[in-house]
Amino acid sequence: MRSEQTKLATIPGALPAQASGRDQATSQRVRPFAVLWRFARNKPLGAVGGIIVLIMMLTAIFAQQIAPYAYDAGKGADRLQGPSLHHLLGTDNLGRDMFSRIIFGARVSIEVGFGAVLVGTGLATILGVLSGYFGGLFDLLFQRLIDAWIAFPALVLLACLVTIMTSKKTSSTSSIIIVAIVIGLIVAGGSTRVVRSVVISIRDMPYMESARCVGCNHLRIILRYVLPNVIAPIIILATVQLGGAILAESTLSFLGFGVKPPMPAWGSMLATSGQQFFLRAPSLAIWPGLAISLAVFGFNMLGDALRDVLDPRLRGSR
Amino acid sequence: MQRYILRRLLLTIPALFGVTLIVSAMVRLLPGDAVTIMLGDYGQYAKDADDLRAKLGLSQPFQVQYVKWIGGIAHGDFGQSLRDRTPIAHELAIRLPVTFELGLLGLIVSLLIAIPLGVYSAVRQDTLSDYLARSAAIAMLAIPGFWLAILAITVPSIWPWHKWTPPLRYARLQDNPSANLKQMILPAIILGIGLSGSIMRLTRAQMLEVLRQDYIRTSRAKGLGERAVIYRHALRNAIVPIVTLLGLNMAVLISGTVVLESIFVLPGMGRYLLDSLNSRDYPAVQAVVLLFATVIIVFNLVVDLLYAWLDPRIRYS
Repeated sequence: MRSEQTKLATIPGALPAQASGRDQATSQRVRPFAVLWRFARNKPLGAVGGIIVLIMMLTAIFAQQIAPYAYDAGKGADRLQGPSLHHLLGTDNLGRDMFSRIIFGARVSIEVGFGAVLVGTGLATILGVLSGYFGGLFDLLFQRLIDAWIAFPALVLLACLVTIMTSKKTSSTSSIIIVAIVIGLIVAGGSTRVVRSVVISIRDMPYMESARCVGCNHLRIILRYVLPNVIAPIIILATVQLGGAILAESTLSFLGFGVKPPMPAWGSMLATSGQQFFLRAPSLAIWPGLAISLAVFGFNMLGDALRDVLDPRLRGSR
Repeated sequence: MQRYILRRLLLTIPALFGVTLIVSAMVRLLPGDAVTIMLGDYGQYAKDADDLRAKLGLSQPFQVQYVKWIGGIAHGDFGQSLRDRTPIAHELAIRLPVTFELGLLGLIVSLLIAIPLGVYSAVRQDTLSDYLARSAAIAMLAIPGFWLAILAITVPSIWPWHKWTPPLRYARLQDNPSANLKQMILPAIILGIGLSGSIMRLTRAQMLEVLRQDYIRTSRAKGLGERAVIYRHALRNAIVPIVTLLGLNMAVLISGTVVLESIFVLPGMGRYLLDSLNSRDYPAVQAVVLLFATVIIVFNLVVDLLYAWLDPRIRYS
């Protein structure tokens, strides 16, 4: 039993959130700028991460307006140019503007990252609550499935599922959705455990018993008493997982299992133009990798800082 | 304790069973099979493709193939590759040492980076160097290993000083140890960097926790040098949870070896897996995935037991 507990402590969000509610009650009026300023003062690393994330989100939203060229526009005659005033970061092997493709790549990364975390935490919440709340045979069998899911080498699972779900006819945009769903399925495996353990820890609390006594049905108990306890760890889990989801997308795209061309994914940009044409245009291998690193870095720093602020007991875990 | 071990061992059986079922079903759902990949563009001209399928056992229903394969595994027979009819056990025996060496070196590198950095960061809590070290740790988590690998292969080939390219032929450890290590050290460092981020952060968190304890104050009060306090009293106690993290990191390590082996052209399990996947070599993919899953599960079990041995206060029930 002890081992289970100690192990859970290393998983972000594994412990139930009780303190956060009290904190909110003491601060009566919330001034958004004061809160932001205090956050930046206390968590300088988190603030840096926040700025990176903000820039990336704005880039993704206004990609159409910022980018000087379309992501799929290019002439063969312009291929593999170095940086110039026309093409700030040069052009790739098909003559497409690298700067514009990096900008549109931010959009792909954000879409896959948020999509995957949404799918993952959504599934994890439903399955984890059911498994933890009802227990019994379903819990036992379902947890064995999760055992297998977690022990499976994630990369193989991702590559296979994406290959199964895409066909020759799949368009570039719908491949983004598929990749997001598949990464979400992987994310869900670990998160389900976390949600389940939170639910189990509150299942036998006195207020749960009294809710049962006044005759609440299961649905009402879950919505009124279980979910509010689960929400805080889930939000924390989701922010921490965003960076990992973006990294997973880029690895998949790099290996050729990710987002289909012509949509620019940073990972596939590294694989095609970066690896093959490095000798003629070295910068092609630099910029997409830098973009991935910076994005994941920003999301990780912000996620960590948010976790520390929202639930101090989880500090340093993971 | 014995009951705990027994229960954990029993729980691994359904997990491994689930892994075999998932992987066998999944590889067969992939578009195309070994025969279509072998024939390639000439598939439409081949009249005896179905004969080949029958010969390879691909025309049997899924449950028959699965039960046959599982039966073979139970006898220690991994079957034959669909590509070239070589025994898969033989291939695994050649490739396992490569991946094992890469993983072990990567793990050593990650500990060498993470633990000193984590201790340093904790001792200098909330100073500039702490912030820098923590940023570095998050950066190590964020920088994709495949990007570092590409840079490590390509940059030295164009820089103006001593030009270097990675060797094309793999030198086996038993044949030529120094050439082998030279070849392995670069991917091992990249693998280690990827792992060290989370280890460093946990080291720091644990050290901060331990440094606040009474026995640290006591050992300082009795006049022990700072070095002895930190390394002999604090780090020893802080290191226990890090062992658990290593277990959780095993999956990350294996994914890392798959990617790095294919970039650095090392003849390990990961590259074999990707090749087998691309040629729809079902029994080979199943064997490698089963092996990886077994390693992950067993490693986690060993880590949990090691945990009890390192910290006698922990008792399993």
